[in-house]
Parts: sequence; structure tokens; C-alpha cells
Amino acid sequence: MSIVSFLLIIFTSLFFTGIVIRTKSIFSGRKGPGFFQPLKDIRRLFRKGAVYSKTTSFIFQIAPSIYFASVLMAIFMVPFGNQPGIISFQGDFIFFAYALALGKFFIIISALDTGSSFEGMGASREALYSLLVEPAFFILMGSFALLTGHTSFYEIFGSLHFGSYISYGEGTLAAIVLVFIALIENSRMPVDDPKTHLELTMVHEVMILDNSGFDLGLILYSTNLKFAMYGALIANFFLTPGYEWYYSLPIFIGVQIVFAVIVGTVESFMARFRMNHNPQYIFMLTSISLLIFIGVLILKKFV
Amino acid sequence: MSLILGIIVVTVFSLLLLAMAGDKQKGNIALFAVLINAVLSSCIAIPALCGSSFEQIFYGGNVFGQIAIRADALSGWFILLMNFTMLTGILYGRRYMKHYENPPGRNPEGSANLTLHFASYIINHFAMIGIYCVQNSLAFLCVWELMALSSFILIIFEYGKFEVLKAGINFLIQSHIGIMFMTLGFIWVNSRAGSFDFNAIATYAASVSPAVSFILFLCFFIAFAIKAGFVPFHTWLPYAHPVAPAHVSGVMSGVIIKLGIFGILRMLLLIKGDFLALGYFILAISVITGVYGVILAIIQHNIKKLLAYHSIENIGIIGIGIGLGCIGLGLNNPYLAFAGFAGAMLHTLNHSLFKSLLFYSAGTVYQATHTLDIEQLGGLIKKMPQTATLFLIAALAICGLPPFNGFISEFLIYSGLFKGILESPLISTVFLVSSVLGLVIIGGLAMLCFTKAFGVIFLGNERHQLPATVHEAEFTKLFPKYLIATLIILIGIVPQIFVKAISGPTALFTGKNILQQEPVAFIETLQAVSLAVIALILLSLIIWWLRKMVTRSAVIVESSTWGCGYAAPTAKLQYTANSFVRPFRKLIHPLLMMNKTENALIGIFPNPVHSETHPYDKLERVIIDIPLKYLKGFIGQFRFLQNGNPQFYILYGVVFIFIVITIPLLMNALAYLNELIKQIGQ
Repeated sequence: MSIVSFLLIIFTSLFFTGIVIRTKSIFSGRKGPGFFQPLKDIRRLFRKGAVYSKTTSFIFQIAPSIYFASVLMAIFMVPFGNQPGIISFQGDFIFFAYALALGKFFIIISALDTGSSFEGMGASREALYSLLVEPAFFILMGSFALLTGHTSFYEIFGSLHFGSYISYGEGTLAAIVLVFIALIENSRMPVDDPKTHLELTMVHEVMILDNSGFDLGLILYSTNLKFAMYGALIANFFLTPGYEWYYSLPIFIGVQIVFAVIVGTVESFMARFRMNHNPQYIFMLTSISLLIFIGVLILKKFV
Repeated sequence: MSLILGIIVVTVFSLLLLAMAGDKQKGNIALFAVLINAVLSSCIAIPALCGSSFEQIFYGGNVFGQIAIRADALSGWFILLMNFTMLTGILYGRRYMKHYENPPGRNPEGSANLTLHFASYIINHFAMIGIYCVQNSLAFLCVWELMALSSFILIIFEYGKFEVLKAGINFLIQSHIGIMFMTLGFIWVNSRAGSFDFNAIATYAASVSPAVSFILFLCFFIAFAIKAGFVPFHTWLPYAHPVAPAHVSGVMSGVIIKLGIFGILRMLLLIKGDFLALGYFILAISVITGVYGVILAIIQHNIKKLLAYHSIENIGIIGIGIGLGCIGLGLNNPYLAFAGFAGAMLHTLNHSLFKSLLFYSAGTVYQATHTLDIEQLGGLIKKMPQTATLFLIAALAICGLPPFNGFISEFLIYSGLFKGILESPLISTVFLVSSVLGLVIIGGLAMLCFTKAFGVIFLGNERHQLPATVHEAEFTKLFPKYLIATLIILIGIVPQIFVKAISGPTALFTGKNILQQEPVAFIETLQAVSLAVIALILLSLIIWWLRKMVTRSAVIVESSTWGCGYAAPTAKLQYTANSFVRPFRKLIHPLLMMNKTENALIGIFPNPVHSETHPYDKLERVIIDIPLKYLKGFIGQFRFLQNGNPQFYILYGVVFIFIVITIPLLMNALAYLNELIKQIGQ
């Protein structure tokens, strides 16, 4: 049964970017492509040939596969309410974060492998932003570990819902933090604009300028997977363990859809920050999670 | 007795042999000496690690008294990890030193230098075995001094260069400041307890108040922290590592600075004071050490200096483990104590592995390209694919990424920290959360640093005209690196075996009786981790295989890198190491000190200008350079005393003797006067 969350995340990843694009097209008054257009693009990429730069080495060839595998591995850890993920152990969220970091390491060095100034620029930014995001995630998990008294994803989410409003309040705050983390990790607005076409201002997209064919497909699809993965984490704050699947399932799907619509809305109405404002913005995230932590601390130690 | 005698005999005999052998044989003799000593000391260490301690006491004359040679599980663990790195060090070093061999019969000075180098290596190994086993303070100081002096000679191998000698002397002085503190501590204990035996430290510490024992611990902590490189005692380290030959840097960073960690752990076993306060103290200093080390590592562009700062960072991680363990002891929480100490000790092993591998690889790169400046390198992966892969493995391991060993020890420390957050009082929770924050930041910064280092050295195009002869190192040079890499991956994939081995030394701290369920719980978790790691590897392989299957018939084209349509990119267009870390450097600007020299552009058609930026350690400036400047100014006023006239020196001697004799007399006179005044007053 523990495969449920994996299947659900794979399933939602299929239409996630579709919803985002759809939302954006509705807000800008365009007809827009269909829900499955991003998927069709990826499918086409999978079957295409590839162009490799003469400067690159084997690092460039293996990096996309390892990146994709690391995202899949992280998804294995994500639970679904009272169903643990495929792999679950004490401290699995540490493994979760470090597996993602492994993928990022490879995608960064594969960008440097091309010897391009643009890709180096993107790599530098990606490395910096992801290191700034990490503390927020760990503090967040630390506070929920403190709140529930457990140190694995499944146990934390499993015992989060003791019916008090506080846990839902904390859940909402955590959801906000996770939405931000997901936006930064996937290089979306307001940190990065995936649709920009100026290499000097790009982060993630500029790193993969030289990838093509199957590799590019893998990287693009991992973005979908990552979105759905963070969506699943957010959904977990609102699932009701012990209840039947006919409650959890719609909540899960609903949260994912709301998440996708939020991403689309943010992208429609917000401009991108200036590059040097991004670190400050990411620091804000850590402060919010520290606030959550202090809230939990007060709750546990004084109340 | 026979084992110890064996080690001494092998050492002395091999030193004699070394002096007589030709240049070509010196490396092999050193290898055999280290190998035999390693085997002999492992015969002590392995049973000790498994629980049967080694103990022998022999009489060392009137001065030393009873010299106790004891090896418990802690010594055993450290001896084993030291032996491995010393062995790979000499395996690599004897090939590395081929570079400096002379044609037979010429330049006796160079030959003597080589002899001295290998002799120091053997002595260093011998002294370190001694440090781990000797438990008599006076004898301990002797072997410690032997280690310091032989390390000094190892560092200054290329003594002709000014910066080498300067770094070496810096090391020597700071080492001796450490020895001074250690001597102070030993004298203190000896004057109170009347014995040089280490057990006297334990009995003395138990008999005094916690505050006094804390100060005693502090005395030893400073001594060992200088060796280990805790901030602010780290300043010798970034100088000494880059100038030493690569295998010496690897050994220094891998095992010699770990003597400091061993010392701290040993003292924690002996001085059982207020563990909670000790834990907070060590934790705070370690987090600072870790973060400060990695921040400075990122802005370095000399590869060996970069690695040296990473040693400081890793010492910080080990220290976080030790601090966590102490807090666990203070709170009576065996889970915390186990996670902390086991994490610290495993990370000691891990760091000795990946750091020596990194230094050896850096040495290979240096010998091929004759530069340590990473801004001049690039594209080496095509010419040295094996070295590049080995460097990559070590870089991933040092960043604490699965499936390599660094992840395991960091995972242990993390799980201890998180568990601690759940089950401890408020103030501990605050400390532990700050440590989590510190550890996360260290991990992220390490990733920034090693993507930079690996990317700039090995990937892209050559940034500078490299010698045409750059090629992969020969197998004998690669073999020790493969040995290390195998162990790195092994620890990453089956960590449970190593954690089981480590439960012996950890039990010394936590006590045997509570060690029933903690390791078991950990080993269960680690089994799951091991499964996850294997799954990660398999998943990568499956996707790689899928990619191969799907793209089998696809058209693959080679072209130049995309440059916005610009089709003639040069190597100069690449991102440099400096530009890669620029956003980060801007972000933490207040913590750094960048010495920048830049000429202004003058005129409409300005001449070419030269700009140079050198990062400098701000802390070093504040705690070493500025006080030293004032001290120099103060002492300089007495310079007239040293006028080179022997008559004056004899006069100083006479004056000194006179003062020594008169001071007690004067004191007596004063006391008498005092009495007299009192009597008058009555």
C-alpha cells in the first residue's frame, strides 16, 4: 500500500505544469495550449536526437540521469497521510534533502562542463539559492519534529492531526513556506522567470541551455515531478489520517490543483526580483520557518 | 611488551637502513617500515577495539616513573584509521617523491633531504602510535614533541622556498603554544595528585569542583584545539597544508590534526565534569569553526589552501558531534550521546579518507600542471579522467551527499540533533537548533565550494596554456587513491558494519549498560539508509540504461557550446572560479577581508591595468597580526640589550644570578619589616 503516494505524485505530475500554463493563459486572456501540451513536448524530446558540445565530458552525459533519479528517490520518501512512502525510516527527511542536493550537484557541474559563461552564471546562482533555501526546510522539519515528537516524514504527518486548530494553523504557515521553497527550487517567479529569453537574467533555464533530446526531457520532467512532490508534502499537512481514502484522495488532488493555480497566479501578477534582491527574499523564508519554530517551542515548552 | 619492542626495533632499524640506501630504495624502505609498524600496532588496536584492552606498565627511570602503555577501544579506533591513511600516504608519497630524486651520485644535499623526509615520515607514524597509547604525561609530552618536530620536517621539505619555511615555522611556534598549555595542565595535575599517570587526572578531576575541572579541561582543550584547528586556533593550518608535499598534506589533514580530536575525547573520558556546560561550549565553538572554515574555503583559489580550510570546517562537524555527545551525557540521554560520539568518530574516519584522497588528487594535478591556482586550470577531465573521477567521489563525499561516507556521519549527527530537539530542556533545544542550522549551512556552502573546485579544475576548457605533457598518472600513483575510494563507497553503502565497530569506543563514553538498545536502533535505521542508498544507485543505473536504450537510434551531433549564436568562443569566455563565488562573496562581505590592489584607469586610451585580489583571514588579523604588531613594538624597546658584545651578556648573567639570590633575601627583609611595624602598632 505504501506505493500509493508514489503513484499519486506521478499521476499529479502529469497535469501539474499544464494547470500552471492554463492559469497563466486565462489570466492573460489567451486561449493557451491544452493541459497536456507540456507532456507532449517532453514526449517529443524523448524521441529526438541530441547535440552535445565538444567541450563536454561524461559528466554532462550522466548528470541528467542522476538528477532525475535523485528526484525520484526523494519522491519515494514522501508519505500519503497515514501511508508511509516506499522508503521510510527515522530521519528520512534528511535523506530527502541530501538526495535532492546530490542531483543539484550534478546538474551544476554539468553546467560548468560546457565551459559556457552563461551556464556558469546559472550554476553559480543555482548553487547559492539552493544553499540559502536549505536551512528553511530543515528548520521547518525540526519544528514539526518537535511538535509531534517524531523524526520521520510518515510519523510526523501521521500524528500531526490531533484535531486542534493549532496544528492546522502551523500547517498553513508550513504550506506557505513550502510553496515558496518549491517556487525557488523550481526556479519560478519571483526568483526566476522560466519564460525569459535573456541568458544574463536566468537561473535554472540557463544552466540547461546545452542539454537537448532525451536529457532535456528528463530535466523538464523532473521539474514537473518536483512540483508534484512539494505539492504532496503540502497536501500532507491537510490530510486526515484514520479517515477513509475518499476523504484523503480529493484533499490531495485539491491541494495539488490549488498549488498549481497559485503558482500560475503568482507568475501572472508578479514581476521578477532584481537578481541581488533574491538572497534577501530567500532569507525571509528562513525567518518564517524560525517563527514557526519559535511558535512550536512556546507551544511545547510553556503551554 | 614484545609488540611495543617490535615497533621500536622496526623504527630504529629502518631509520638506519634508510640512511644507507640509495635514493630509489628510500621510498620502499619507508613503505615497509610503515607497513610493519601498522601491522604490529593493529595487533594491539583490533583486540582493543573489540573490547580487550591492552595494558602494560614499565619502569622508565627516576624521571618518568611508571610509564603506562594502555590501548582501549578509543585508541584502537584511532590507531586503525591512522594506519590506513599513513599507509596510503606512503604508497602515494613514494611515487610522488620520485619527482625529487636525483641521478645517482650527484647532489648529496638533495639525497639527504629525501632521507630526512622519509625518516620523519616513519618517526611521525611511530610517534602517533605512541600518542594513542602512552598514558604517562611526561612520556606523552615526549612523543607529542617527536610528532610535532617530525611534522615540521615533513612540511619544510622544499625548504628553499621562503613561504615554505615561513609556514613551517608558523606551524612550529603554534604547535609549541599548544604544548605549553598541555604542559601546564600536566604540571597542574602532577603538583596536586603527585603522579604522571593519566588516571591521576581522572582522580584529581573527580576530587575538585566542576568549575575547577572545567578550567583544567579548558587548558587541555586549547592545547588540542590548536592541533585540531578549531577557530580561533586555526591560523597555522591554511599555511602549513599548501606548502607541504601532497601526501604530507593528506596525512596532516587526514590524521595529524585528528590527534587534537583524540586528545579532546581522551580528556573528556578522564575529566568527567559538568558535561552539559562542556557540551554547550564545544558545540558553540564547533559551529563557529565549521561555518567560518567553509566560508573562507569558498573564496580561496589555491586548491590546497581551499582544502586546508575545509579541514577546519570538518573539524567543526566532528566538534558538533562531540558537543552533542556531551549534551547527551549531561542530559542522561543515551541516544543523543551515542549519536554524537559515534557521529564524531565516524566523521573522523570519513574525513581522513576523503580529505587525503582530495589532497592526493590535488598533488597529482599539481605535478602534471605545475600550478595550484585553480583559475589557471580547466578541462583536465579529458586528460586525467581517473584522477577527475576520484576527485569527484571525494568531493561528493565531503559535501555529505549520499551514497558516500560523508553522508553517513552527518546523518548520525543530524538524527542525534533532531532527536535532541524533541527531548531536551529549552536551552539545549536552542543550542541544538542552532547546530542544525550551522550544519545545514556548512553542507550547502561545501556544495558551493566543491562544485566550484571540481568544475573549474576539471571541466570546461583550459584557462591557461598547460604543459603539453599533461596526462593521467601511472597506476602506482592511482592505486592508493582507489583503495581510499573503495572504502569511501563501502562506508556509504553498508554503514551498519562500521557503526557496529564504533560502538566499542562510544561505549567508553556512554557506559556499557545503556548501550544495549541504542546501537541496535541506529543500526536498524542505518540498514534502511543503506537500502535507500542502494536504491538510489540502482535507480540512477536504470535511468541511465533506459536513456541508452531509447537514444540508441537517435541522431547524435557534436557541436560547439551554445553562446547566443556566437560560434567562436574562447576559453577566456568561461566562468571563472572568482565569478562563480562572486554573489556569495558579496553576500557575506562584512565577514571577509579582501586585499585588493587595482590601478586606476587614466586617460581616454588607458594603458592596460592590473588588478589583484587576495582573500585574507579577518580573524587572523585580529587575534594574531595586530597583537603581534604591538608585542613587537613593546619588545623592540629592549632591543638595545642584544648588542652583540659578550661582555654585556656575561654582565646580564651576573645580574640575573644576583637578582635570583637577592629576591628571597629582600622578601625576608620585607617580611621582617612588616612584623616590626605590626609589633610597633601593638
